[in-house]
Amino acid sequence: MSEPGVVIVGAGHAGGTVAALLRQYGYEAPITIIGDEPVAPYQRPPLSKAWLKGEADAEALMLRPLTFYAEHKIELILNVKVTTIDRAAKTVGLADGKSVAYDHLILALGSRARPLPIPGADLAGVLFLRSAADAETLKAAIGPGKRLAVIGGGYIGLEAAASGRALGASVVVLEREPRLLARVACKELSDFFQAYHEARGVTFELGAQAVAFEGADGKLTGVKLADGRVIPCDEALVGVGALPNEELAKEAGLDCSGGIVVDTHARTSDPAIFAIGDVTHRPLPLYDRMFRLESVANALEQAKQAAAAVTGRPPPPPEVTWNWSDQYDVKLQLAGIAFDSDDILVRGDPATAKFAVFHLKGSVIRAVEAVNAPAEFMAARQLIGSQKPIDRAKLADPAISMKEVAAS
Amino acid sequence: MAKITYIEFNGAEHVVDVKNGLSVMEGAVKNNIPGIDADCGGACACATCHVYVDEAWKDKTGSQSAMEESMLDFAENVEPNSRLSCQIKVTDALDGLVVRMPQSQH
Repeated sequence: MSEPGVVIVGAGHAGGTVAALLRQYGYEAPITIIGDEPVAPYQRPPLSKAWLKGEADAEALMLRPLTFYAEHKIELILNVKVTTIDRAAKTVGLADGKSVAYDHLILALGSRARPLPIPGADLAGVLFLRSAADAETLKAAIGPGKRLAVIGGGYIGLEAAASGRALGASVVVLEREPRLLARVACKELSDFFQAYHEARGVTFELGAQAVAFEGADGKLTGVKLADGRVIPCDEALVGVGALPNEELAKEAGLDCSGGIVVDTHARTSDPAIFAIGDVTHRPLPLYDRMFRLESVANALEQAKQAAAAVTGRPPPPPEVTWNWSDQYDVKLQLAGIAFDSDDILVRGDPATAKFAVFHLKGSVIRAVEAVNAPAEFMAARQLIGSQKPIDRAKLADPAISMKEVAAS
Repeated sequence: MAKITYIEFNGAEHVVDVKNGLSVMEGAVKNNIPGIDADCGGACACATCHVYVDEAWKDKTGSQSAMEESMLDFAENVEPNSRLSCQIKVTDALDGLVVRMPQSQH
């Protein structure tokens, strides 16, 4: 009998990428991807952006064409959940009763939309946006004349709001905090996006806590707020964060702490088991702490770490974490995380929709939020990684190029 | 449909057929050609699909957009014929296109 090879649980961006990288790195033993969705790995970012607006089709979403998996001898087992890990026997158990053996197991279990435990959450019209199936439902539900309420003013909610407007729906965003993007961005950015959305017809209820979904005949008719008002709507999209799908690992006795705990090689507390992507609680060497990230860049970085470790390659150099968001014609690019920063510096004028907010620790850039400012983003990515101090006066002056700022 | 030749930094050549409407980046990724990472999936947000367009093809592949130019400004090993391959759409006119990859995308 041949060796069992690598088994990847989770057929998302991380799972699909690590399989491809293993083959690129010369791994020749069997590779099996097991996913609980009915489709091969696809890209999730466009679901709230280009795909929702009808600018990308199902084929464009695919991470790799289906033929790729056959050509590279990667077995896809889809539409089935992995329910157990037997670490002693090195097998995983599937919901359909089968078991699959592994030499190395890679857990790419992802995250799921955080539920909103309020009355009426089971009404038709209460939607989430995580999977392609969710996006399909949302896309079918919004259009001209429809009223969409978005609960949660985070990136998913704002991207869906922008796409909803593009499709002709009326959109109201309900946010519990006093400002948008409260957990993930600075106030300058919150204010900018609020104004940009308002100018395009989105209305906001800030400091508004949803306490119940109201309905008639099993169908949503509105969202009730803590102050007693009811916001009428046809559909409500709940975008209040994500939770790591760590239960499988927990039950197998792997260290978990708000995500599966891994090292800089993406290895869990069991040396034969790796974990990658949204599900991990991982070291961030640049910031000297552990954290859980939800981004494609994070999935890719850890896919590289795991593929390198399995094939005995040196680990990839630590990357500066980054992310992006597309809303209307605005491209927001984020790099680094604003940990330990003691000041912010705004370069450019938010009123021009082209500016960047730098988060500084002394003269070192820790993070950047760049709005239609690719040079600021690219330069900051490098400067965050090198931790080279910059001249703050030069950084603050948009007339001085980022090349010069980076060089000085 | 266009036949596109992708040449890795180490000289390895990959010749593949790419459908019209896809980008030169997608042609590489969908065929698992190493050397084009395309981390953002084509949103012009990451500059990890950097290629050099062979001189003979510079006109037919068009010129850099302002966004692309700014992104490339800070990429490694940029040359006058550098492009982000996610920004080059494949058409019949690109049949025979040759692109080369830089040493690294990061």
